[in-house]
Amino acid sequence: MKIEVKKKDLVLIIIIICVALCAYLSHQLLKETGAGDVIVKVDGEITGTYDLNEDQEISINNGSNLLEIKNGRANMIEADCPDRLCVHQKAISASGENIICLPNKIIVEIKSKTESGFDAVAN
Amino acid sequence: MKNRVAYFGVFVALALIFSYVESLIPFHIGIPGVKLGLANLIIVIALYKMDVKSAFLLSITRVILSGFIFGNLFSIIYSLAGGVLSLIVMAVMKKNQGFSVMGVSIAGGVFHNIGQLIVAMIVVETYSVAYYLPVLLISGLVTGLVIGIAAGEMLKRLTNLRIE
Repeated sequence: MKIEVKKKDLVLIIIIICVALCAYLSHQLLKETGAGDVIVKVDGEITGTYDLNEDQEISINNGSNLLEIKNGRANMIEADCPDRLCVHQKAISASGENIICLPNKIIVEIKSKTESGFDAVAN
Repeated sequence: MKNRVAYFGVFVALALIFSYVESLIPFHIGIPGVKLGLANLIIVIALYKMDVKSAFLLSITRVILSGFIFGNLFSIIYSLAGGVLSLIVMAVMKKNQGFSVMGVSIAGGVFHNIGQLIVAMIVVETYSVAYYLPVLLISGLVTGLVIGIAAGEMLKRLTNLRIE
């Protein structure tokens, strides 16, 4: 079995790997760790902001999803959508990380407190 | 024009079967949203054996049918965005002679993921989804590579297949 590979194919592969690497590194450099706020958005609108240091359970979107904040990490523990990808996703803790539930249009985002001097209303 | 309709039907059926087979394989390796994209194999074959127009039609038919059978409205929108974008890129790359089937398939896999990411950005109205880009790029590269190798081998054995 001989696989046909052309020069341009290899160039394409290298470009894709480079772009992926750059995107990954820039994300790693930009994200901040530490205490922050958990921002919950439903359909693009912020429905709640919670402290990441306070252990609690939050019911989102009239109970379609259940978010747990524990030990400075936020984790989706329950969802009524069929694939439950958000539940399978790992717990998030660093600024810029997020958990997304597409069927219910829910975004859970971590935002570092030191990032902005304005409060949520001004933002 | 003799056997075109018949082959088109066979291709649609094959693509649907592949979608079904893929839903049977538990391909969860801890990364949500990563799929092998077996049906893309048929789209690549159609692109090389038929023409861009037929491949386009095949892709859309496949997405809508498999969406109704195995998925929901959401999965149709996502697959459609991914399928259309990947097909446009593949068609352009096929015209630009320097790429083999593998290169075309890799670009198809990567842009399929990018198309879905764009729809995700529009649906949830946030750009922070973009942090998922590296994962989707690499997974698109790997699945595109596998599909490209398979498509290359298939095309080698399908030299007698003439669709007029």
